[in-house]
Amino acid sequence: MENQEEEKIKQRKLVLPGDELGYGIAGAGTYIDKGIVISKIVGLADERNGIKFVIPLCGVYNPKKGDGIIGIIKDIVSSKWIVDINSPYSAALSLSEAVNEFIDLTKDDLTRYYDINDIIFAKVLNVSKNKSVNLTMKDKRCRKLYGGILIKVTPSKVPRIIGKKGSMVEMIKEKTNCQIVVGQNGLIWIKGENSRLAAEAILKVEGYAHKTGLTDKIKEFLDSKISEKLKEKKEEEYDIDIEIIEER
Amino acid sequence: MGNLINENGLRLDGRRPDEMRNIVAKAGILKNADGSGYFEFGNTKAIAGVFGPRPIPKFLEEKERSVLTTIYYMAPFSTKERTPPTPSRRSKEISLVIQRALESVIFLEEFPKTTIDVYIEIIRADASTRCAAINATSIALADAGIPMRDLVSSVSVGKVDGTIVLDIAGKEDEEGEVDIPIAYVPRKKEITLLQMDGILTKEELKNAIDLAIKGCKIVYQKQKEALSKKYEEIELEDLLGEKNGKEY
Repeated sequence: MENQEEEKIKQRKLVLPGDELGYGIAGAGTYIDKGIVISKIVGLADERNGIKFVIPLCGVYNPKKGDGIIGIIKDIVSSKWIVDINSPYSAALSLSEAVNEFIDLTKDDLTRYYDINDIIFAKVLNVSKNKSVNLTMKDKRCRKLYGGILIKVTPSKVPRIIGKKGSMVEMIKEKTNCQIVVGQNGLIWIKGENSRLAAEAILKVEGYAHKTGLTDKIKEFLDSKISEKLKEKKEEEYDIDIEIIEER
Repeated sequence: MGNLINENGLRLDGRRPDEMRNIVAKAGILKNADGSGYFEFGNTKAIAGVFGPRPIPKFLEEKERSVLTTIYYMAPFSTKERTPPTPSRRSKEISLVIQRALESVIFLEEFPKTTIDVYIEIIRADASTRCAAINATSIALADAGIPMRDLVSSVSVGKVDGTIVLDIAGKEDEEGEVDIPIAYVPRKKEITLLQMDGILTKEELKNAIDLAIKGCKIVYQKQKEALSKKYEEIELEDLLGEKNGKEY
């Protein structure tokens, strides 16, 4: 399966704004001019079922219905939370979408549920035409994220970080023994002993996202780093042993 | 007068009338900007940084499209005599002219209620700074992942000693008869900027525009090369080395 994905990436061509993609149906990242599909962003051209589209290599996050995203609570207004979602637009999380129990606004304190600067994993409920975004917590994946570190990557490279059926992120999780939550908006939450190493690996995936054979390289990179760490640990243990022997 | 073009038909710096100065174009040179570009016409050097799309104060926002804001700035050390760093009448005019030249190619309607900020710095000036600025900005916008119909290329033409010449430089700017900066969209064959000081006949202007379009096509190629180079130069072999994935 992995090989198939790699092959597919190999066929993709780098296109720039104004490059022609030929006749067809215009998909994401393209526009149509006199019947010819033209790229409007820097990205990799692809085609599926006759629809020509471009996978962007850069750009900001544009919220879409159904996306699972990581957000940071920025404000609490009368009956909703304002969430920063790493996008030009901020999102609103209303009371009914966040909490299942009854809340008396005159008595209860909303910070009990989500406080300012809390990190949450939420789902985009809807996006209106004038870009007011609503979130929901009513999904089994949605929860508050405690502790850990948060890193930022280019939102368009998130699919590569996840890999086909989660192959890339699962591999990093397994190797580094960390909890990783990836938001579609380019924020990634990592918790665990080796969280720094996992973050480094993810940033590498981001930097080389348009290259083939990446999963194997990342595996190699993680293996070498982990073996280095183990060696250091062993040496430390060895030192302690010697000390004890000398004491005797 | 009369000594700007010698008896062999060559200009002061040894160029033929339809020859351009040396061009250097780069993409992604500023780390903190969302997108950046560098463009050089001989001794004229411009850097452009793009930030956004990002939130905008409520009183400035447009409900159905993004607002493009360009700020053109000449460094005090860019000219022979020190340029005061305060915004001048000239720099305000050029900011506006650049904004108008680029607005028509950007899909501003995709990001309502936001702003796209462009900061242009001229670090060395030797005629046709606004052309270099447009070229650098065009690269920077594409690098930031902002959807565009096409890149905009720009070059200046003029009349020196009765001859129509391409890419005015140095003394030709000060002593020449006519100076015409032109911005051109190669795909659509549209002119988005045309200014002129001096007097030309109808025939001469037509010839001048034709010559400028030829020049713009060369610039266009260089801009495209710069953008694709940014991604093609990355080698997977570097992944295991010292380089961090983010610094490409």
